[in-house]
Amino acid sequence: MSTATITPKGPGTLRGARLPKWSPYAIAAGSIALAVGIGLAGGLHSRVQWGLIAAILYVVGTYAIATAVEGKRQAKDRIATSLVWVAFLLAVIPLASLVWSTVARGLKVLDVYFLTHSMGVVADTEPGGGIYHAILGTLEQVGLATVIAAPIGVLTAIYLVEYGRGRLSQAITFFVDVMTGIPSIVAGLFILSLMLMFDMQPFGFAGSLALAILMMPVVVRSTEEMLKLVPNELREASLALGVPKWRTILKVVLPTSIGGITTGIMLSIARITGETAPVLLLVWGNAFINANPFEGAQASLPLYIYQQYANSAGSGAAYDRAWAASLTLIAFVMLLNLVARGIARWKAPKTGR
Amino acid sequence: MGTPTQITDAPPPAPQPSLDKRAARGATRPGDRIFLGLSRGSGILLLVVMAAIAVFLTYRASLAISKDQGNFLTTFQWDTNLVPPNFGIAVLAFGTVVSSIVAMVIAVPVAVAIALFLTHYAPRRIRGPIAYVIDLLAAVPSIVYGLWGALVLVPNMTGLFGWLNDYFGWTGVFSWEGGAPRSMLTVGILLAIMILPIITNVSREVFRQVPQMHEEAALALGATRWEVIRMAVLPFGRSGVISASMLGLGRALGETMAVATVLSPTFDIQASLLDPGGGTFAQNIASKFGEATEFGRDALIASGLVLFVITLLVNGAARAIIARRKEYSGANA
Amino acid sequence: MAKRIDVSGLTAYYGSHKAIEDISMTVEPRSVTAFIGPSGCGKSTFLRTLNRMHEVTSGGRVEGKVLLDDEDLYGAGIDPVSVRREVGMVFQRPNPFPTMSIFDNVAAGLRLNGNYKKSELSDIVERSLKGANLWNEVKDRLNKPGSGLSGGQQQRLCIARAIAVEPNVLLMDEPCSALDPISTLAIEDLIGELKERFTIVIVTHNMQQAARVSDRTAFFNLAAVGQPGKLVEIDDTERIFSNPSVQATEDYISGRFG
Repeated sequence: MSTATITPKGPGTLRGARLPKWSPYAIAAGSIALAVGIGLAGGLHSRVQWGLIAAILYVVGTYAIATAVEGKRQAKDRIATSLVWVAFLLAVIPLASLVWSTVARGLKVLDVYFLTHSMGVVADTEPGGGIYHAILGTLEQVGLATVIAAPIGVLTAIYLVEYGRGRLSQAITFFVDVMTGIPSIVAGLFILSLMLMFDMQPFGFAGSLALAILMMPVVVRSTEEMLKLVPNELREASLALGVPKWRTILKVVLPTSIGGITTGIMLSIARITGETAPVLLLVWGNAFINANPFEGAQASLPLYIYQQYANSAGSGAAYDRAWAASLTLIAFVMLLNLVARGIARWKAPKTGR
Repeated sequence: MGTPTQITDAPPPAPQPSLDKRAARGATRPGDRIFLGLSRGSGILLLVVMAAIAVFLTYRASLAISKDQGNFLTTFQWDTNLVPPNFGIAVLAFGTVVSSIVAMVIAVPVAVAIALFLTHYAPRRIRGPIAYVIDLLAAVPSIVYGLWGALVLVPNMTGLFGWLNDYFGWTGVFSWEGGAPRSMLTVGILLAIMILPIITNVSREVFRQVPQMHEEAALALGATRWEVIRMAVLPFGRSGVISASMLGLGRALGETMAVATVLSPTFDIQASLLDPGGGTFAQNIASKFGEATEFGRDALIASGLVLFVITLLVNGAARAIIARRKEYSGANA
Repeated sequence: MAKRIDVSGLTAYYGSHKAIEDISMTVEPRSVTAFIGPSGCGKSTFLRTLNRMHEVTSGGRVEGKVLLDDEDLYGAGIDPVSVRREVGMVFQRPNPFPTMSIFDNVAAGLRLNGNYKKSELSDIVERSLKGANLWNEVKDRLNKPGSGLSGGQQQRLCIARAIAVEPNVLLMDEPCSALDPISTLAIEDLIGELKERFTIVIVTHNMQQAARVSDRTAFFNLAAVGQPGKLVEIDDTERIFSNPSVQATEDYISGRFG
């Protein structure tokens, strides 16, 4: 070729020297062994240090060996690969530990008695008692929040997708975005400021109002997405038959997207079920069963976890109850998630791949 | 948990002039009028709630701040029961910013790496299940992270703290007097773990949207996998990753329970990340609320207002970046 | 540095689906070889096996031999990255990197492959853009994004990017199908110039285009939908279009099917 600036390449350049397939494992094993050796020899107590040393050795070793055998570019590629893997494994450790400790420690006291009794006659530091009152409180507060937020959210989404144009819908879209970012404790403070005005004491429904504020924007966004997926041809077909718009929405648009809307609502319920901060400010917590969300302090599952932890004075019994309540809460939230995703998959419009 | 993911790829609503005209005509029927009224009313109610939040918080905050003897922004104390009261948010602002920065420094690189792992590195068969699990982890309530942080993470931090103190203690930032590791660094690590799933999910979505043809262009030039990512994937996904990080930052700033369970708070500012102490807006509200008088609650509301404004700014920035990205990618579609 | 390609017994799969079966052919250096055939006959898949891009798609896998001069692309110890460095490719839709300037787009492949001085780099970029007949149109805006160009200009930018690294072979996958007739003409002229320096393989849906630009033409066909595509015949373009030896080729060319 006329170009002298291009590095001339001899025959056989396609045959880049490659490390064998097992080399990453070999380097990993070597660096772990070396790290354990260094850890023992240096008398390092923390396993975290052993892990860090092993990780550093692995990265440096890979880079050095790959550069020597395969060249710089391949070495960089290998480093990137190993860093990505390390990042993944690094993230797995805390998340796995979280799931493991919740399940292992939660199962200790989680039984039917635990689920059906309150803390009414049990001091926080003693064993015994249960979360019946907290489950009841959570279900009532979340239920009321859903009753408020779901219709408003769905109707707002319908307005945005089916009617919305001009400044009002732009403003709503913008503020829905803003609302999704409100920290939960700020929503709690807002309701608190109202309660201070009217000199009210904590009660369950106040918590529901704060949770509804957190839930509404999530419902609006997910419902909006689902309504946008309904093809315009369907709407036009119905309108062309002389069906009024509101009946078209009720009879054609909503039934088509009901699966996705339900999924969105369930996911948002799962989200507010775990909210603690607003409940702490507004519902206060109660060791006794209070089935009336409109009067008097109530308990709630996430709040129960916090109070068992905070008021435990280091008591193992309280920690056990906190873990068991966490397990119950996670199980509930995960169940909602799984069912919601199941509905989404089952009701998803068949797109024929 | 689903919402932030959807924000990035939400297509702009397609205007349908023909439908709109019919809507205008249709609105004369009574049924249509009622339905339109209901749905528009709901939207307006949402705006009213937003306005009410701003107005009421500001009103209660002004009640408290007007009686504050100290400077609300710079005072290093929180004595709302004194006569006259003397309180300020300097310590809280510092702690909130520091814990969030620590969380972001840890979470963003790891989350981007995991997102790349899920789109480009992991064996295809396990990509779906792992993404699913990460999705579920984003739904774990923050109080559970808080409990885990306090009872599992904190006891396991002593080794790392000792090591950091031994080798990096001279910087001042990593010096440690041997107290319980209920410090800003532990808080930051816990927050990082909490926001990891959301940043990973959004980044993964963005990386998945990189057009195949750009990656093939890089491959056809003889790029290695990492070079493909550098040339085609990261530049395309940069703004998406930034907005994902902002969403994570918004959560870290406002997180209450995980900080309240892990941190042992003091009302002062210190250079060391390892010694216990400091506080954040949300944690301070949760911890001080129980014993606060009505005036004390107003003061806490004032600090909440500041937190509200900060998160609004961060989220607003994230939205602005997403919006710009839409225009940008639209021009190249 | 143009090289000869010798394919023997090549079969490619997508997962368990066999896309093309038992293809053997020779592609002469410094010539243009066109692949024609109905949709789904596997001509693009075959093209992508020639620089090991096929295996990038999920489940993609190849059996058989592809010799570049005397070296088997699928032999043991062959690095697919170096293969793609030697066998360049231009895609159906113009795909300049949207975040890079025109200059950086052309230089992208060079920057991967070594340290060039700034002056060397701009020399090669200028030469490549001239080689792609694009220099005069873009020389005043080399720092503007490549996505600001028209479709035809973008495609020529992609060609410049591909030839900047001086590959041995240039593969083109329907390079004009997204372009208007005038841009198509510009690309076809360019192909005629490039074959002085490179071995060129082009997939096209447009039989006139095959007749205009290519020296040799290969006709691919498939027995039925879902069946693997096969090479029916390969011959001098003139013969294929005037007097093909297989009836199916004549039917296809005269427009009786496809």
